Amino acid sequence: MFPFTFVKARDERAALAAGRDGGRYIAGGTTLVDLMRETVERPGTVVDITALPYRQIELRGDVLRLGALATMADVAATGIVKQQFPVLAQALDRSASAQLRNMATIGGNLMQRPRCLYFRDVTAGCNRRDPGSGCSAVEGHNRTHAVLGTSPACVATHPSDLAVALVALDAIVLLRSTEGDRRVAVQKFFLAPGSTPDREHDLRPGELITGVEVPRTAATRTSGYLKVRDRESYEFALASAAIALEIRAGVIRSARIAVGGMGTVPWRLPAVEAALIGRRPGPELFDKAAALAADGARPLSENAFKITLVQRTVARQLATVAEGAA
Amino acid sequence: MTGPSIGQPVARVDGVARVTGAARYSADHSAPGLVHAVLVTSAVSRASVAAPDVADARSQPGVVEVFTDFSGARLPWAAGQVNFFGQPVAIVVGTTLEAAEHAARLIDTGPAAGGSTPAVTDMNDPGLPTVVPPRSPDYRRGDPDSAIAAAPVRVDQRYRIARENHNPMEPPGVVAEWTGDRLTMYDKTQWVQGTARDVAAALGVPPENVRVISPFIGGAFGSAGLTWPHQILAAWTARQLRRPVKLVLTRKQMYSSIGYRPASDQRVILAAGRDGRITATAHEARTEDARYASYQDEITAVSRFLYRSPAMRSSHRLVPLDVAVPTYTRGPGFVTGTFALESAMDELAVELGIDPIELRLRNEPDANQDTGLPFSSRGLPTCLRRGAAEFGWAGRNPAPRSRREDGLLIGTGVASGAYNAGRRPASARARIDRAGNAVVSSATSDMGPGTATSMTQVAADALGLPMSRVQFMLGDSELPTAPMHAGSVTMASVGPAVLTACTMLRDALVRIAVTDPASPLYGVPVERVTVRDGRLSSSDDPKRSETYRQLLSRRGGDGLDTLRDWSPSDNQTRYDTHGYGAVFAEVAVDELVGTIRVRRMRAVYDVGAVVNPRLAHSQALSGMVYGIGMALLEGTIRDHRDGRIVNANLSNYLVPVNADIVDLDASFLGEADPVTGPLGVKGLAELVIVGVPAAVANAVYHATGRRARELPITLESQL
Repeated sequence: MFPFTFVKARDERAALAAGRDGGRYIAGGTTLVDLMRETVERPGTVVDITALPYRQIELRGDVLRLGALATMADVAATGIVKQQFPVLAQALDRSASAQLRNMATIGGNLMQRPRCLYFRDVTAGCNRRDPGSGCSAVEGHNRTHAVLGTSPACVATHPSDLAVALVALDAIVLLRSTEGDRRVAVQKFFLAPGSTPDREHDLRPGELITGVEVPRTAATRTSGYLKVRDRESYEFALASAAIALEIRAGVIRSARIAVGGMGTVPWRLPAVEAALIGRRPGPELFDKAAALAADGARPLSENAFKITLVQRTVARQLATVAEGAA
Repeated sequence: MTGPSIGQPVARVDGVARVTGAARYSADHSAPGLVHAVLVTSAVSRASVAAPDVADARSQPGVVEVFTDFSGARLPWAAGQVNFFGQPVAIVVGTTLEAAEHAARLIDTGPAAGGSTPAVTDMNDPGLPTVVPPRSPDYRRGDPDSAIAAAPVRVDQRYRIARENHNPMEPPGVVAEWTGDRLTMYDKTQWVQGTARDVAAALGVPPENVRVISPFIGGAFGSAGLTWPHQILAAWTARQLRRPVKLVLTRKQMYSSIGYRPASDQRVILAAGRDGRITATAHEARTEDARYASYQDEITAVSRFLYRSPAMRSSHRLVPLDVAVPTYTRGPGFVTGTFALESAMDELAVELGIDPIELRLRNEPDANQDTGLPFSSRGLPTCLRRGAAEFGWAGRNPAPRSRREDGLLIGTGVASGAYNAGRRPASARARIDRAGNAVVSSATSDMGPGTATSMTQVAADALGLPMSRVQFMLGDSELPTAPMHAGSVTMASVGPAVLTACTMLRDALVRIAVTDPASPLYGVPVERVTVRDGRLSSSDDPKRSETYRQLLSRRGGDGLDTLRDWSPSDNQTRYDTHGYGAVFAEVAVDELVGTIRVRRMRAVYDVGAVVNPRLAHSQALSGMVYGIGMALLEGTIRDHRDGRIVNANLSNYLVPVNADIVDLDASFLGEADPVTGPLGVKGLAELVIVGVPAAVANAVYHATGRRARELPITLESQL
């Protein structure tokens, strides 16, 4: 770990000032501390924001507001989330381990960094960690890596389950800095690597996530998250699907579908959604729509199986959610 | 009043200490003036190097010293030669761990440090030279190749297993302190006396000058059996600095510092008649090895004796590479070889259309055909039959893909297992104080099986004391001699030593009583005296009695003690002694998304007598968990472009978590094997992993019709 200055912010103003001066925000610390120990992250100043009042979990009108400091465990256990936004509760419940969920926050979850084996090993080349040093994964071990949104510079998978669900539900990230507030769609908040994989988020210097807003629609109540992984718990997705469907009078009126474990960012599937809307749910339709789930995929040496896997994962989860809607 | 404790499901004597944090592991120790040493390891696989540039590291605050020249420490490699990715090339010492770790990170040991040369780390590269392991010469009986050619039914397949690391919870840690030319080391080791001897030899001091203390171990699985460079370097650093030094390996360093189960590639040929009788067996194995040092697993041994096979050949080749040296890993050799053999047996059963249990029973040997020795006991057929009953094997439809539940394919599989019932010479001291409390000791270890508990049971029964009045001490090289705590030999070796010492001590106390005119037992024949709960009584007249305490108080002095040696009899050369097991697995395969989960596992083991059924049951379940990991999850991933291990952490090296482990149970035949020694035990810890991976793989075949010949069995292999 490199030496750093630790600042405990008493209030929002102090936090934003410290952030403006280049401090890195820390809350649960479940990602940042690990990466600092591995010297992947070398912040000069770490700003503890846990004293800030961002812990709300509340539904106002048709908007669910999750404070950036609400823990994953608390959100997953909240009745309104479980009942009205099951895809969120399920995505959180299937993330990490109970211990981590008790520490990790919603804001931190959106800021978590890739699990790429080479990104986390400072003796290996990695454009995301060390721009220009080359991507070790493209021709190395890449079984868990992305097949969508990749570039020659980086193929790391976005690790968050929560973000996949938020992208499906058109959630908004709330940002604040000494320059003012911004609202950014979660889908646009995450940046595909392109030629600048070190730029992971649409975040301006010193900006702090204060919360997330999730609109409630006719589809959110009939939603769910399916996560396929090597072991039964405490493991990232090889493929996952967050799906919300509105089915009225036997016809799919709206569909919101995003997949995880597949992309360099959480991956929305508008073509699959379009193939469903206006049609009657059924296995044949689901298979046909899910066949589009990996459109544009560029498999690497070890992860071509993800194409089949994501198609099947989406098809199964369509059936599961549709059954709940019926 | 208490009865005999052997055979009772006694709780661990140190269980509370272990779960409350009161137990102090090696790295929990400290000393005044202690400094922290951090290893800096090579980021290339092969190099002839001058020392790396350490100027920046040396100038950091809190850094005491940076060493790159280890002269005075005898290591397994030549100075200046890098032999594997992860080899220590520098040591940074700091007043705090953080200072030392930070400075260590500033030292570049990658290709830029210079001197690196091409390395070979992949045993599957074509044309690599191989070596016949010294202890596994090529073997042949009968004319196997003619028998194979003539057989009406044959199975001829290759089986591969990935390299596996041990991943115990406790990282290896050393606290080394010199007083003059005498060294005391708190160290994580399965063999305090072996470590003391090896460290002394490596540092050129007399063996009696080194004391190694290791009362608690947080799991080891073989990784702490031999002495590793980090242990030598910790002691060396403390001597160089004349200060106490603590050195703890990081989780990442554990993957290249304390051995591993070598990757293996096996071919098994089984030839049989239509009646299911095996006519010939061939077993060829290749395993990876290091160039600078060598290790071999006994992979083909199991195939030479487990089933009757008139003709047989086996061979093993090591592939020396630019990698760290492998070592013992739970069930060494046997679990590897048995995966191949027991998978092939399942394939043969399918070819023949014979039930896999029946096939095994039809090939039951009369004696070990490798050595010609008779079996001391051979519970395998009973384990198979009883296991089948407990698991519910009867009525199984042998057709693959014949059972579906809730959209899942369900399959069941069986495999046999075996492991050596080894014994080694051991010594123990038994001492009783004037209060009638006993301390019994031997320099053995307890890496998890509950050695302290089971030895306390043996001692208490032999002394006629309740367990609460007996303390068993281990994990100190100054205690009486014990073999390495490995290979499932501890209960069968240290146990008899404890039994002998305690029996001798009790007999001495009885003799004192019957020859002491002041004792109520004066004149009672020795063989008519019984001892229970610390009270000596005449069996003919129970009113004539006194306690150890009364006897010893009257006698004066500090109490009484005895030191006894025990050696296995020549039975070892007259009988074949193995433990056996039959493992049954039920798996659910979700064919749509490829996931495989073990729903249920049962096993029956022939391990001779069981000293503590509670601990034995726990051991058996731990072997199943380990074996499930081996079958479905574990594998050390190397990047052969430069030889690095890319999943050297517990996030990316997958082991089973609680949610993967659903319903396990095991039972024991429980019949003592008197040939193995006075306790009749055959050893347990290694055996209980042996058949597990094959049982899982065979169940996957039954579920899906796809034969899994490569471990771990991946999700994508099922799509």
